[in-house]
Amino acid sequence: MTMKNNELETKNELQEKSLFDKTVGRRSFLQYAGAGAAGIALVAAGCKKDRNFDTSVMGGATLDFKNDTGVLNYAYALEQLEAAFYVKVASAPPSSFTAAQKAYFQDIQFHEIAHRELFKAALTTSAIGSLEVDFSSIDFTNATSVLSTAMAFEDLGVAAYNGAGPRLKDGNFLLLAGKIVSVEARHAAYVRDLVSNGSFADLNSLASLGANNSAGLDAALTPDKVLAVASKYIKTKINVINL
Amino acid sequence: MNIVNILEEIEKVDGEVYERLNPRRAAMKSFFNMGKKISLAAMPLALGSMFQKAYGQTTLPSGVVDVLNFALALEYLEYHFYNHTIVGITKKNQDGTTNNNVTDVTFTFPNAASQAAITTIRDHEKAHVDLLVGALGSSARTPIAYADTDFRAGGTFQTVYSDYNTFLAVAQGFEDTGVRAYKGQAANLMATPGVLQTALQIHSVEARHASHIRQMRTAAGSTVYKPWVSLGASGQANDSGVAAVDAVYAGEDLTVQAGANIVGIGSFSGVTKAVAVESFDEPLSKASVVTIANLFLQPGKKLS
Repeated sequence: MTMKNNELETKNELQEKSLFDKTVGRRSFLQYAGAGAAGIALVAAGCKKDRNFDTSVMGGATLDFKNDTGVLNYAYALEQLEAAFYVKVASAPPSSFTAAQKAYFQDIQFHEIAHRELFKAALTTSAIGSLEVDFSSIDFTNATSVLSTAMAFEDLGVAAYNGAGPRLKDGNFLLLAGKIVSVEARHAAYVRDLVSNGSFADLNSLASLGANNSAGLDAALTPDKVLAVASKYIKTKINVINL
Repeated sequence: MNIVNILEEIEKVDGEVYERLNPRRAAMKSFFNMGKKISLAAMPLALGSMFQKAYGQTTLPSGVVDVLNFALALEYLEYHFYNHTIVGITKKNQDGTTNNNVTDVTFTFPNAASQAAITTIRDHEKAHVDLLVGALGSSARTPIAYADTDFRAGGTFQTVYSDYNTFLAVAQGFEDTGVRAYKGQAANLMATPGVLQTALQIHSVEARHASHIRQMRTAAGSTVYKPWVSLGASGQANDSGVAAVDAVYAGEDLTVQAGANIVGIGSFSGVTKAVAVESFDEPLSKASVVTIANLFLQPGKKLS
């Protein structure tokens, strides 16, 4: 596997692109300027040259964004995380959950399983392995903890798909991602309304994920920023290259 | 293409370029000093809009212009649909007296939260209209006025502004159609990643709206509507309970994705047909969306 010599430069350009992809405003510029180094650790793994990031050697998962396979594996990783979370919630929901909430979290569980299994099937031998999750920060008996985590996962999922969509080179994959992201957005709105009714599309609260309320635009984040947030819940080391 | 260079070149012939773009010259300078290389194709709508406001020129390919004008027509429709209820009801309640203004909105929102939600959605649709108009500049289609619309759809939804449940049912149709319409056009925007990015960000907002409207419908009546598109009571693609909007849900019952049968995928028996349908929202072709949109437009104002 060879790496681009100008990888760092490429990464900087991508970060600048993400800046331009937001509505241009003084406020968002200042937010960007202050955003700093979040997620650099994850990306740094991709900066070493002349290494073979074979997962069996590294003991982790490598997301190589040089092509659509890398983007699909990125989605597969996030769906693995979401599915693992909802499987745990659905198997033992907080006692204060209503029957309707239990039923819907069961639905969501199977949606995420369907997404995960589809990516696994579509990627065949190119699929990354199963990720080991870390849910130690979540109190699965506590509805507030479960709902706030679900909300964070769903909003992050929307931001991830929206941010990754333009990277896809195959229109069929773009459509597939589009079919999934709107379902994630429906989940996000549902969970948000459970947390606070009427917050289904509170775009101001999603500004840190790239949303813009005055333009009516939902969240969108680059993969490095998404993974920096998600890494708290993933034990498996994720190597990002060619981003 | 280097955007800083572009601006510097423009500045040579137009010393006031920064003022044209934004009166806060210093802020603009510092902003563009951040920029290195960015292709025009990667320019997001908002940046394109900035140049168009300054110079009235478009840089978008014609295919992209067509998609955005199509989206704009749908956003106008959605905006007027919601705005009419907010404006009508506000007039009615403003001074506490029976007003003499002509308003045909006779239902009342059941509570403050429902009116606030519709207001939020109305505001997003207006923001989308403004964003698209700004991005299209002189290429923007003729604005659609409220007078150009017919949300009673020639009598199919005669009670849309007198019965709250009918209003919500039509709202659900609009939002679910909007999600499908944007999804169907995404591949046509791939040459302009910045525009595609923006369109995707609108797309998922419409899905959030759809989810909430479905919950409002559930709250307002005795029937449960899932926040996501499921199978209808008789296993049909249309889960809205309104046969008149069958076209909105045509093909939503697809269970094969990327060549894989989703039902029972990975040997998970919990992934039923209903789950398979719910897990993936389907696109709708432009022609199908136009047919639906035209139900709500006056003769002579219909989309082609």
